[in-house]
Amino acid sequence: MVIFGKRIPMVFAILIWLLLWEVIGRLDLLFLIPPFLDVVKAFANLFVTRKFYEALAISVEAFATGVGLAVVIGIPLGVLMGRVKFVDRLLGMWVNVFVSAPLTAIVPALMVIVGFGQATVVVTVVLFAVWIIVLDTRAGVKSINPSLLEMTRSFGARKIEVYTKVIFWAALPEILAGLRLGMIRGVRGVVVGQLLIAIMGIGELFELYSRNFLMDRFWALVIFIFLFAYLVSELVNRLEQRVEFYAGTR
Amino acid sequence: MQNDSIIEIKGLKKTYAGGVEALANIDLKIPQGELTTLLGPSGCGKTTLLKIIAGLLDKTDGEVLIKGERIKGPGPERAFVFQDFALMPWATVIRNVAFGLELRGVPKKERYEIARRYITEVGLSGFDKAYPHELSGGMRQRVGLARALAVDAEILLMDEPFASVDEQTRRKFQEDLLNLLKIEKKTVVFVTHSIEEAVYVSDQVVLLSPRPSKVMRIVDTRLDGVENVEDIRRDRKYLDVVEDLWQILKQFLI
Repeated sequence: MVIFGKRIPMVFAILIWLLLWEVIGRLDLLFLIPPFLDVVKAFANLFVTRKFYEALAISVEAFATGVGLAVVIGIPLGVLMGRVKFVDRLLGMWVNVFVSAPLTAIVPALMVIVGFGQATVVVTVVLFAVWIIVLDTRAGVKSINPSLLEMTRSFGARKIEVYTKVIFWAALPEILAGLRLGMIRGVRGVVVGQLLIAIMGIGELFELYSRNFLMDRFWALVIFIFLFAYLVSELVNRLEQRVEFYAGTR
Repeated sequence: MQNDSIIEIKGLKKTYAGGVEALANIDLKIPQGELTTLLGPSGCGKTTLLKIIAGLLDKTDGEVLIKGERIKGPGPERAFVFQDFALMPWATVIRNVAFGLELRGVPKKERYEIARRYITEVGLSGFDKAYPHELSGGMRQRVGLARALAVDAEILLMDEPFASVDEQTRRKFQEDLLNLLKIEKKTVVFVTHSIEEAVYVSDQVVLLSPRPSKVMRIVDTRLDGVENVEDIRRDRKYLDVVEDLWQILKQFLI
């Protein structure tokens, strides 16, 4: 950003927006928008309430289980689609439909199958996260240099070694990209699952705060979720950077 | 004065799915301990033939015998050097060189020791821990060659190994290869489309016709009395053979 011929760091842009938020909040224009400083106070207060930690524990458990399942299902499925034409033809259409479909619409239907409770939230997370992991893994497996596979074969590798020593590593940059996007979608899955059907965890807090017009706490929670999603994706990003050196030279 | 043949190819045919006939009917004996080059117009199926010998491609008909035994896929007596190097970009030079041994279950300490020896032999000492993307094309192919040598196969199959390398590097590499083979005593089957390269590196050149290929002629390219690899390119016979082969191959070009 350049103002009056001077370079201004990007952080200042955020400061300007926050200042604007504070002013609008102080003017009491909308009850939806409390002053930013109140939100900051509410944010700090989140961490002293037991209810928050309970909600967080439930939500993180659902998130971790869901993403874990999505990885365990998604990576093998993606590898299979990348390697076996028949499986690719069979599933390709559905994966492509689900990866871009507004899945929120079918979440209520899950209620009928899985019931209320934590299981529904986990299934929602899997449903949100798994498709992009499948697609990216498939893309990574498909883009393997064929002579790398010939090389492995020419030295007499066993079939399993072809997968563990070559295909997995060759596809790793794409797998991690899929994991990162899958985790971000997984966060969405937790919130949607907990808000729409199983009123529990962070979703329950959202319900509680918005129904009682506790907007400062509501926004604090929103910011917390945003930060959580950012943190999670940043964590995978770190891993991605470790394999980046060979992503462009396969 | 031909040695015993180590590879024997009988009535080999290859037709690709879709009906492209690559090899019509190949009969060929490849002598032990020598360097035989498959040369022919581009697209004539040289690489197809080499990959069938390697056991990487299925044949349509005929057979390939190694030391009298029919091959059924790749085997430990053959090692392949790839045109595009086929190195694992996530692995260091030493792990790449030792990869053939790793697949054979040789313990890490032992295989790294062997790998280190061959890294030195191909002139890459000090680059053990480098990654392929940090090396030039010529150095990468040296890694590919070291990997093939490390498994101690009797037969080296080289598929246009110097095609993706610039000319000066290629010349240096060709000289080094010949010097290396004086020590290593391998049977080499070499594929190239360069006439000079074929005559320079080989003991004999197998000339293949355009697709569907047959063996057109086998030319002895041994240069008697040339001890030093640096003298090859000014040898009378070298120049004559290059010219003869060019006259034959020229007719297949438009």
